[in-house]
Amino acid sequence: MSVVEVAREAYREALPALSVSLVAGLLSGVVLGGMQDELRVVSGLLMLVPAFLATRGNVFGSFGARLATALHQGLIEPRVRGGDERLRSAVTAALVNALLVSVFAAVATYFVLTLLGLPHASLLTLVAIATIAGALSGAVLATAVVVVVFAGYRRGYNPDTIVGPVVTTTGDVFGLLFLLLAVRVVLALLGGGG
Amino acid sequence: MLPILFVLTLVELGSGLVLDSFEATLLQFPSLLVLVPVTIGTAGNLGSVLAARLSTALHLGRLSFEPDDEVLAGNAVATIALSFTVFPAVGAGAWALSALVAETQLALATVLLVATASGAILAVLAVLVTVVATYAAYRFGLDPDDVVIPVVTNVSDVLGVVVLFVVVQIVV
Repeated sequence: MSVVEVAREAYREALPALSVSLVAGLLSGVVLGGMQDELRVVSGLLMLVPAFLATRGNVFGSFGARLATALHQGLIEPRVRGGDERLRSAVTAALVNALLVSVFAAVATYFVLTLLGLPHASLLTLVAIATIAGALSGAVLATAVVVVVFAGYRRGYNPDTIVGPVVTTTGDVFGLLFLLLAVRVVLALLGGGG
Repeated sequence: MLPILFVLTLVELGSGLVLDSFEATLLQFPSLLVLVPVTIGTAGNLGSVLAARLSTALHLGRLSFEPDDEVLAGNAVATIALSFTVFPAVGAGAWALSALVAETQLALATVLLVATASGAILAVLAVLVTVVATYAAYRFGLDPDDVVIPVVTNVSDVLGVVVLFVVVQIVV
């Protein structure tokens, strides 16, 4: 194949998936754009955003890939009911990882901003936001990945090709929505960002 | 798994710090804030699509990393072409959506220029990072399917914010 033929094929195959994630990316941008007031009040929240979103992708992307491999190998059945032991422990591991890494990101954000002498919210505020947002978005993402991968598999789709788009589209939108919700809850409970 | 996640988080905090440093500009112009997730996400997607294709070509023995490698050149050209298709849409979308939810203060042409210029620079960087990471994985005997995509998506997040920052400083 010539360079032009290779390029044309690669372009045609990638455009649909990129377009779908573009729409999801714009939606998450609108949520972030709507968070202006919260970003002003909680200094350091913006610094947390990329790490928080990337954690959703890293943890649940690999959870989805493991789930797909386990289905291919026949280690788990594509059924949510019945409470399969392996499925439960994989979901628990992903949720715990997501929560630990979210809290780590909040603590690291606080210390980096403190060391650099930049304005920042209190450690309690940042950790509380990361914990609530991490737990809620983790629960939604784990459910979305399991349900979509199982449903897709039963209808004859390769779970490997469904996992990536599901995680990137739901991850950023729900990640930011729950971040916004968490900030509002924490501000209501603890008062200003300090 | 957990140690890798902590390292990737520290990398991401680097991009967060850059965002934090131009927070005032982002809060002043909401259309730029809308651009942030979609720009870094699309750069990562361009990189991971390229990474998946190169990795498959490598496993099939169709990738040689020679200067006249047609698979490598063709996929690189496609990535650049995709960025010139997708990023103007990103800019137009971000402008239109922020016009709906907030008073837009930047002209459509400015947001289009920021998105397209950032996208073109990021596509070139994504190609470089992906090719280097795939080659490194191949040389060290690692399966590029396992390593390249996390490296590319997380590095793209940092580069995405840095490039957006530089372009905004020049254009806005």
